[in-house]
Amino acid sequence: MWPALSPVLQEAIGTMDFFLQLLVSGVVVGSIYALVALGFVLIYKATGVINFAQGEFLMVGAYVCLAMVAQLHIPFWIAFVLTMVVTVVSGLIIERLALRPMIGEPIISIIMLTIGLSSVLKCVVLVVWGPNNRVYPQFFSQVPIHLGPVVISQVYIWSVGFAILFLTLFTLFFRYSSSGIAMRAVADDQQAALSMGISVKKVFAMAWCIAFLVAGVGGVFLGNINVVNVSLGFFGLKVFPAVILGGLDSIPGAIVGGLLIGVLEALTGGYIDPIVGGGTKEVIPFVILVIILMVKPYGLFGTPEIEKV
Amino acid sequence: MNAHICGDYKTSYKKDMVLFQTPFSKFWIIVFLVSLCIIPLFLDDYVLYVCNMIGIAIIGALGLNILTGFTGQISLGHGAFLGIGAYASAYLVMDLGFPFFIALPCAGVITAMFGMVFGIPSLRLKGLYLAIATLAAQFIIEYLMVHVEFVTNGVLGKMVDFPSIMGFSFDTDLKYFYLVATMAVIAVTVAKNIVRTRPGRAFIAIRDQYISAEVMGVNLFKYKLMAFAFSSFLAGIAGSLWAHYVTIITPEHFTIGVSIEYLAMIIIGGMGSIIGSIFGAVFMVLLPEVLRSLSGVLSGEFPMIVNLFAAIKEGIFGLIIIGFLVYEPDGMAHRWQMIKAYWKLWPFSY
Repeated sequence: MWPALSPVLQEAIGTMDFFLQLLVSGVVVGSIYALVALGFVLIYKATGVINFAQGEFLMVGAYVCLAMVAQLHIPFWIAFVLTMVVTVVSGLIIERLALRPMIGEPIISIIMLTIGLSSVLKCVVLVVWGPNNRVYPQFFSQVPIHLGPVVISQVYIWSVGFAILFLTLFTLFFRYSSSGIAMRAVADDQQAALSMGISVKKVFAMAWCIAFLVAGVGGVFLGNINVVNVSLGFFGLKVFPAVILGGLDSIPGAIVGGLLIGVLEALTGGYIDPIVGGGTKEVIPFVILVIILMVKPYGLFGTPEIEKV
Repeated sequence: MNAHICGDYKTSYKKDMVLFQTPFSKFWIIVFLVSLCIIPLFLDDYVLYVCNMIGIAIIGALGLNILTGFTGQISLGHGAFLGIGAYASAYLVMDLGFPFFIALPCAGVITAMFGMVFGIPSLRLKGLYLAIATLAAQFIIEYLMVHVEFVTNGVLGKMVDFPSIMGFSFDTDLKYFYLVATMAVIAVTVAKNIVRTRPGRAFIAIRDQYISAEVMGVNLFKYKLMAFAFSSFLAGIAGSLWAHYVTIITPEHFTIGVSIEYLAMIIIGGMGSIIGSIFGAVFMVLLPEVLRSLSGVLSGEFPMIVNLFAAIKEGIFGLIIIGFLVYEPDGMAHRWQMIKAYWKLWPFSY
């Protein structure tokens, strides 16, 4: 590149490029974190449930779309829309069969229920599609885009674009649509919402549908970036640090938290992993999580709970 | 012998808290303990192996039930605590040359210390937040188990010898059974006595209404830490016994899956119930064994079952958890109470 520059300066530019590259990949993964975190926050806000099966929702989305594209040879965009339909329907079914009987049960039972749900979903995926790694057929162009010194592949741009699209869409939905306002009302006070004629059951069903939908979309793009296998399910657990950082009940918090955790993960992966030999990338978000919980348990934007006897 | 008056006529708190409510139950406990000593002599190695696993699981499940069932502090890190106990004991015996009967309680104490460290956030965090904090503990400890290689030998795994006390080596399934059974009986007795004395009542008060508990003079910090310490102490003991039984341990043995399995035990067995922990442990250890023999039978007709065994096992496991939560939220202990109540006045029940 710059032959006239001194080696020291060249190296500095090299490090800068490396840093930017890490930053970009961090933002990409972070935007998918944000998308999945949105589903999390939504369910928590509307129903007060933490969903440990969010990662499995993502995995199911990735597999369903993959099956349509690779096995049924449906064009990608149609398959993408169909996947959204499938995820919404699955969300409805799961809410009706598993979650509705649990209204009013203690937290631990509901946590365990979503954990049970995650094993069932994992089993279904394994039985239907087997344990091998699968890859999406090449759909996005391989030609990378150069933004200054940073090289970005097109699928990254698409995933960030869709993440932004969905995040804006749902932010607007909550602010302006009547269903969105109903959901916020239920989150705020179930009894008051009921007396205003809002169907709490419908709101719960909607929350699970949307959560499954956003996770499914995240899964499709994550599947296009990486390989598709059952370990995609772990993605759901890695979203916890993001939601805690942002605050469990805040949608902007989910977005900021997701991006921050994604970037942080990429940076530790790039700088610290080579020194200590792997694995730090996975654990550092959780270390951050513990620190946040100790210092600021309700995250950056969460509302503190005030408890009374 | 089963002369039991219809209704409760207890006039003092002491009477209500007595360990054996009737001479009848005392008699059956003694019969059970005696048969625990005699019956194993006639069992084959596979059955003994399953029994040993059940015994270890009972100790671990008791620990988790004290913390989650009685004190209401959700822990998703129990598997990692078992791991700490296992590695601590393995390190003490194999590398530092401690005798087993010292290493076993030491492993418990070391795990209790770790448990207390991760219990400190519980003072500020409740419910969901605590669950997530313990989830973080699980991942951090897993990372340490892989990377602190001078203790754990990393992913390669650590070899552990069968334990020996005074030159007597517990190297067969039968000998090990007596060790595990003794420890399990001690653990159950201690747990039973803890929950019926002041600490136990404090735990339950914290679970039910922690603000009121504090107003009534229960030191929240002290009792929450005590619950964490006791719970992880038992996890450490269970981990140590497990390590010396399977004789090779790797970090893969102590993943989040194990934590979930233990949570499933106490939910299926019954939260906040000592006997529930036992039922849950028996159920969760027997389940995969039963499924394995079933898959052996069915594999002739459906050869795919063998390949997918792990997946199907997990799916059935998930379905059972969901089924219990939806249809029997109080677990098997509740069912047991119902059965006992039914037979109490049989055949003249009203």
